[in-house]
Amino acid sequence: MFAAGQRVRVKFDWPETRGACHIRTPHYLRGREGVVERHLGRFANPEDLAFARPAAQRDLYHVRFEPPAVWTEETPGDVIVVELFEHWLEEVA
Amino acid sequence: MSDLPEDLPRAHHDMGGVSKFMCEAVDTSRHALNDFDRTVDALRGLLGAKSVMSVDELRRGIEAIPEAEYHRLSYYQRWIRSITDNLLARGVLSEAELRAALEDV
Amino acid sequence: MSLLQTDSQKLLDGVLALLSQKGIVTPDEITARIASTDAASPAQGARMVARAWLDPEFRALMLRDGTQAAEDSGIPMRGLPPLGVLEDTETVHHLVVCTLCSCYPRAVLGYPPFWFKSAAYRARAVRDPRGLIGEWGTTLPAAVHLRVVDSTADYRWMVLPRRPAGTEGWSAEELAAIVREGDMIGVTIPTIP
Repeated sequence: MFAAGQRVRVKFDWPETRGACHIRTPHYLRGREGVVERHLGRFANPEDLAFARPAAQRDLYHVRFEPPAVWTEETPGDVIVVELFEHWLEEVA
Repeated sequence: MSDLPEDLPRAHHDMGGVSKFMCEAVDTSRHALNDFDRTVDALRGLLGAKSVMSVDELRRGIEAIPEAEYHRLSYYQRWIRSITDNLLARGVLSEAELRAALEDV
Repeated sequence: MSLLQTDSQKLLDGVLALLSQKGIVTPDEITARIASTDAASPAQGARMVARAWLDPEFRALMLRDGTQAAEDSGIPMRGLPPLGVLEDTETVHHLVVCTLCSCYPRAVLGYPPFWFKSAAYRARAVRDPRGLIGEWGTTLPAAVHLRVVDSTADYRWMVLPRRPAGTEGWSAEELAAIVREGDMIGVTIPTIP
């Protein structure tokens, strides 16, 4: 479980390179650090539901990110908030 | 890895921030749904309500459409293609009976 | 698979015929489903927004438990994805997108607009949100920060926009009448027409 305010990193993992998959972690967040805003509940893992496989309940978090630095269109202070499942997040010290 | 190299193995439907769309204007006008759209939408909803096919399976089926086709097809054309793909994969319909049905319509 | 490349209308007709023969989905069920889906529209969300503007307790409920607030507003939500409500303030403006597909609070607002589902919207919302809302003529003061909410999982999000000045003493109906679809996604801000 992650607490509100905790810094987390999205895993730099690319299941897309290993075969058919259904991933709800946007590419632009992989490997990036953000801050947990709140726990949203537990929901069945869509990665398995998409293939009609038994799907475990996973913790879902709302996580806040600053936009990638290379996105120069962005305005300082603007943020992106995304729902991410626990198994995609790692604690950052 | 805070920068975005162009060669990330991004799936084509995963569109957030993708450079080639950044200069595309948005068509903000209202587009009415036609009978085809409404029927496909209703079909998907009923298949979900009856636990025949989930929205997750719908999405996976849409994501599997090759990139050029994905952009060529309308929103609900992608849906019916995915619905068909899933119903065949799950054995709800067989290829043979679908081929026969297509000859009758 | 060449079958999948069949003309879409033919594919739909063939699939419907088979599903009907097998008793899985009938034409009557399709008709009823279309009718009930058509009943949802931005007017439902507008009524919720107007009520939140007038009633602090309902506002608090909307923000704490959007699904319950929708139920209280006569919108059946059982078995449907949870509703999350995003509160705009003096310093924060929200913009909702689904970069991966088109997730949208359909039970409350009805079918998503064409543009919400477009590649241009899905790509630009997270990277150039101010340029994007500029397509609707919307600009935000520099002091207002933008929070772009990318709907990637089970929640469906709508914006609770700010009540415009000059609406003091207005009734719920008058307030609901000025809340547009775009106001509840974040591409526009409610104004007095």
